[in-house]
Amino acid sequence: MNADVGSLRAGPDANGHFGQFGGRYVAETLMPLILELEQAYIAAKADPSFQAELDDLLKHYVGRPSPLYFAPRLTEELGGAKIYLKRDELNHTGAHKINNCIGQILLARRMGKTRIIAETGAGQHGVATATVAARFGLPCTIYMGARDIERQAPNVFRMKLLGAEVKAVESGSRTLKDAMNEALRDWVTNVHDTFYIIGTAAGPHPYPELVRDLQTVIGREARAQILEYEGRLPDLLVASIGGGSNAIGLFHPFLDDKDVRIVGIEASGKGLNTDEHAASLAGGRAGVLHGNKTMLLQDEDGQITEAHSISAGLDYPGIGPEHAWLHAIGRVEYQSATDSEALDGFQLLCRTEGIIPALEPSHAIAAVARIAPTMGKDQIIIANLCGRGDKDIFTVAAALGVTM
Amino acid sequence: MSGDRLSARFAACAAQGRAALVTFVTAGDPDLATSAGILAALPGAGADIIELGMPFTDPMADGPAIQRGNLRSLGGGTTLRALLAMVAEFRQTDDSTPIVLMGYFNPILAFGPERFAEAARAAGIDGCIVVDLPPEEAGELVPALSAHGLHLVRLATPTTDAARLPAVLSGASGFLYYVAVAGITGANSAATADIAAAVARLKAATSLPIAVGFGVRTPEQAAAIAAHADAVVVGSALVDAIGAAAEDRANDIPARVAAQVAALAQAVRTARKELVQ
Ligand SMILES: Cc1ncc(COP(=O)(O)O)c(C=O)c1O
Repeated sequence: MNADVGSLRAGPDANGHFGQFGGRYVAETLMPLILELEQAYIAAKADPSFQAELDDLLKHYVGRPSPLYFAPRLTEELGGAKIYLKRDELNHTGAHKINNCIGQILLARRMGKTRIIAETGAGQHGVATATVAARFGLPCTIYMGARDIERQAPNVFRMKLLGAEVKAVESGSRTLKDAMNEALRDWVTNVHDTFYIIGTAAGPHPYPELVRDLQTVIGREARAQILEYEGRLPDLLVASIGGGSNAIGLFHPFLDDKDVRIVGIEASGKGLNTDEHAASLAGGRAGVLHGNKTMLLQDEDGQITEAHSISAGLDYPGIGPEHAWLHAIGRVEYQSATDSEALDGFQLLCRTEGIIPALEPSHAIAAVARIAPTMGKDQIIIANLCGRGDKDIFTVAAALGVTM
Repeated sequence: MSGDRLSARFAACAAQGRAALVTFVTAGDPDLATSAGILAALPGAGADIIELGMPFTDPMADGPAIQRGNLRSLGGGTTLRALLAMVAEFRQTDDSTPIVLMGYFNPILAFGPERFAEAARAAGIDGCIVVDLPPEEAGELVPALSAHGLHLVRLATPTTDAARLPAVLSGASGFLYYVAVAGITGANSAATADIAAAVARLKAATSLPIAVGFGVRTPEQAAAIAAHADAVVVGSALVDAIGAAAEDRANDIPARVAAQVAALAQAVRTARKELVQ
């Protein structure tokens, strides 16, 4: 990342801060390892053979580049701007998560680590991690909240098929936040041989930067593709936000393009006026959790409160620190979509385009459905379709009152 | 910071030719009233220094025992304000036993570092251990603590190599906490020989007293460490006992904890004598 001075793409600083956010808030036991990881990443970035191996795997194993698809019937139905979908749901394993996992496991090998751990919410990151662990022959343990295990059964089975050990986490809210606590506990206990593949652009420095860099392949491709198809940049980018990795991956290459409006969509669950949502920017305050300072859902005593979203992948009380900063400086606009709006977005895309989206990007589709009609027909939207919905059909059926 | 409770207590133990016993309990576990009773019973039972856990919903560096202690405490409604009120009450009858808070940064940040330091000092707190605040991020808390005469106790671990140690020691005060195992609280214990070697290595680098904790459960283990270190920390074993007693709805929890602490204190106090014989 050698962006120019004054660029919004230059962060984080040497200590991993994006403005007041980010940093390395970890137990001392982990500090030497975090610093070692940072050095290993700096060395890998400077090594052409690392990039070459990554590019080769992205092309032949993941299936990149993913298409940028013009969605004609969705565009017509909404009656406004032209809508393009970045089809990262077509990646191997069905979501953007693998872009990150491939890069991190190459780093793990460079560092001589022989065991992989990860946390997962929806199970997409767990599946992607189990996949790359199988591909490189490393043992792998995935921590998953017991509640998420119930609502993402197909992914649990996929991880097991891929040879991973899936450990149910019974503490706290039994979702993603607790899985991350447990993965950090494993890591601190097994620092000597274990590499922790964090699944989103959050956690202690260098993870937010590392995950972002690996996910910007989405935005770099989309930028080149839209220039090829339309001869100009889009007017609007939209992506859903759990920890924020698919969103920062799409947004980052456009941050310095002042005319591109950028909107991130948090999950507002049962509504921002209830206490059952996962919108840490709209409803949170700055705090420290999981190794970084960021915006968090918490009570006035600084205790973390439980998030809620119909989508397990967005059900997290925090957000990556770079988003917290982009929100603070106003470069990116953050809105939200409720569970029921996401369900509408899900069905809209099924019906108009023959694409079953994951519930996470269904939040982005919901926002597109809201914004596109207000825009001109000559304007262009790119929405990140970061995952496919096979994993969610049971949840959606239940929400729609259908028994299977 | 000479003349403070921590240095006075370490000096007194050194003069007696023994290590100090540091006991960890989570404040408000299982509820505030019982916790106040435990706190009051600790010095008489032989605790030289009290480490008091500030409960947090997401104690990432703690094992199941202390996680449960945190949840019991939060379930009973413990807040930082209530914790400090409990300490102020304790100080009415004990002005010499040092109390060090241990916990995570977010509740302190929510309270406000400056307000926190002022209130902690007023309540009679002597220092803090903030698990997820490494030296690199401590700038947000250190000025407030220093301004109010509170120590920020640093942690060294088995992963702290020679390159890392100076960062840990710069600005360290009160004592140095050696985390004997790379892992979470309540983990298995480290080999005594490894601990002795680590303590010797740390002693060569700092004049601060060295306290050793993590994985110390029994009087025997405490005695083995007390032979080498300036202080021994016992936590999960006490928290486990509090949890079991709370489950039994026992009404003599402070007395039970005191008995357990007395056995540990006995072992710590005689450790070096037995070594000499
Ligand atoms: C398809 C999909 N999209 C989005 C997310 C949310 O993560 P992030 O905000 O890091 O992209 C997940 C997480 O599991 C996911 O599976």
